[in-house]
Amino acid sequence: MKNELIDFTLYLADNALIIGHRNSEWCGHGPVLEQDIAITNISLDLIGQARNFYQYAAQLINEENTEAKATEDTLAYLRDGWDFKNSLLTEHPNGDWAQTITRQFFFSVYQYYLYQQLQNCSNEQIAAIAIKALKEVTYHVKWSSEWMIRLGDGTEESNSRLKKAIDNLWMFTGELFDLSAYESVIYSAWNIDNDKIKNEWESKVKGILEEATLEIPVNATWHQSGGKTGTHSEHLGFLLAEMQSLQRAYPGNEW
Amino acid sequence: MVIIKVGIEQTIQSIWQLLESVCDPEVPVLSVIDLGIIRNIEIENDKVIVTITPTYTGCPAMDVISMSIRMALLEKGFKNIQIKSVLSPAWTTDWVSEKGKEKLAAYGIAPPNTKQVVCSPDAFAEEEAIQCPRCRSYHTKLVSQFGSTACKALYQCEDCKEPFDYFKCH
Ligand SMILES: [Zn+2]
Repeated sequence: MKNELIDFTLYLADNALIIGHRNSEWCGHGPVLEQDIAITNISLDLIGQARNFYQYAAQLINEENTEAKATEDTLAYLRDGWDFKNSLLTEHPNGDWAQTITRQFFFSVYQYYLYQQLQNCSNEQIAAIAIKALKEVTYHVKWSSEWMIRLGDGTEESNSRLKKAIDNLWMFTGELFDLSAYESVIYSAWNIDNDKIKNEWESKVKGILEEATLEIPVNATWHQSGGKTGTHSEHLGFLLAEMQSLQRAYPGNEW
Repeated sequence: MVIIKVGIEQTIQSIWQLLESVCDPEVPVLSVIDLGIIRNIEIENDKVIVTITPTYTGCPAMDVISMSIRMALLEKGFKNIQIKSVLSPAWTTDWVSEKGKEKLAAYGIAPPNTKQVVCSPDAFAEEEAIQCPRCRSYHTKLVSQFGSTACKALYQCEDCKEPFDYFKCH
């Protein structure tokens, strides 16, 4: 159970850090100033959540092994690609604004329903982080939903770009509900209902897509997975190379 | 040692007062007391333990605030200081003091609405009415949920046209 708890905490942390880092790549490149500020604020929220989860994971790891000397920084900056447990969706490159919005929308809705259950779980620390983060995620869901509708129900071009983004990213959404071994152990110990999360996610996504005059891709039952157990796309390596370069070159360096 | 001379209760009271002078670096009109992030102050032997709670998980001001609290205590002669951070119960804008809300309005930032509105994840859900800190009109519109810092949203007044920050409900 202890190892599964560490893995699950790292999964939550890695998801938040990697999509947070992706969003931060927009800083200074947003389509308009307000949205540049919005996406970087969302990035900040997610990296903040990641910090809380990494701090807790580090504590658990050090309790298990007093030699480990894990910190939030070693976990974020000194692990290799195969150690990262984030879902493939979160590492997907930004692409155009429609791709970024779609990725955020799919992910925020997942986080929203997952955290709703985690806030009542028997692990006090995870519950406390979930309660705190849920307030922020609520804004992310609202913001990304509004953009989905604005783009889908917008111009011909915005509609076709959004459609393409949905078609591209859909195959990475199945993994969110594909339980890894460590999730299965944690979910049954904490009474987390994966089917409920999945159903709520599908119905929310369907509702917003309808408002956006779009549909869930038909015949798209196959999905790509592997991220949760460390088998990543080629994109993660490039992301880590940039994100970790400073700590790799100057280990332990501080601002 | 200060603590023995004046007694623990009085020392704790004086620390609460002292923290009135420690400000949020991002909203400098608010002290950490106004913000409602100081959850507890206690003294164990000669150690001062200040418990704080973050406003937002990623708020970069929290590290600065911890350091400022430590500096203020060091200046008053306290040497053994611990700043503890707790997540639960989660901070809410309901903890911003009345005095703090007045200071925000005077500074040009619309204070968080007093009655905690449950934020909705629904797209284009109706916004709460936010009063313009300049002309007091409620005829205002949301420009962006995300402002210059994590705790603020951007609004504009439809009457006096002034754009302003709103310390958003949380
Ligand atoms: Zn006005």
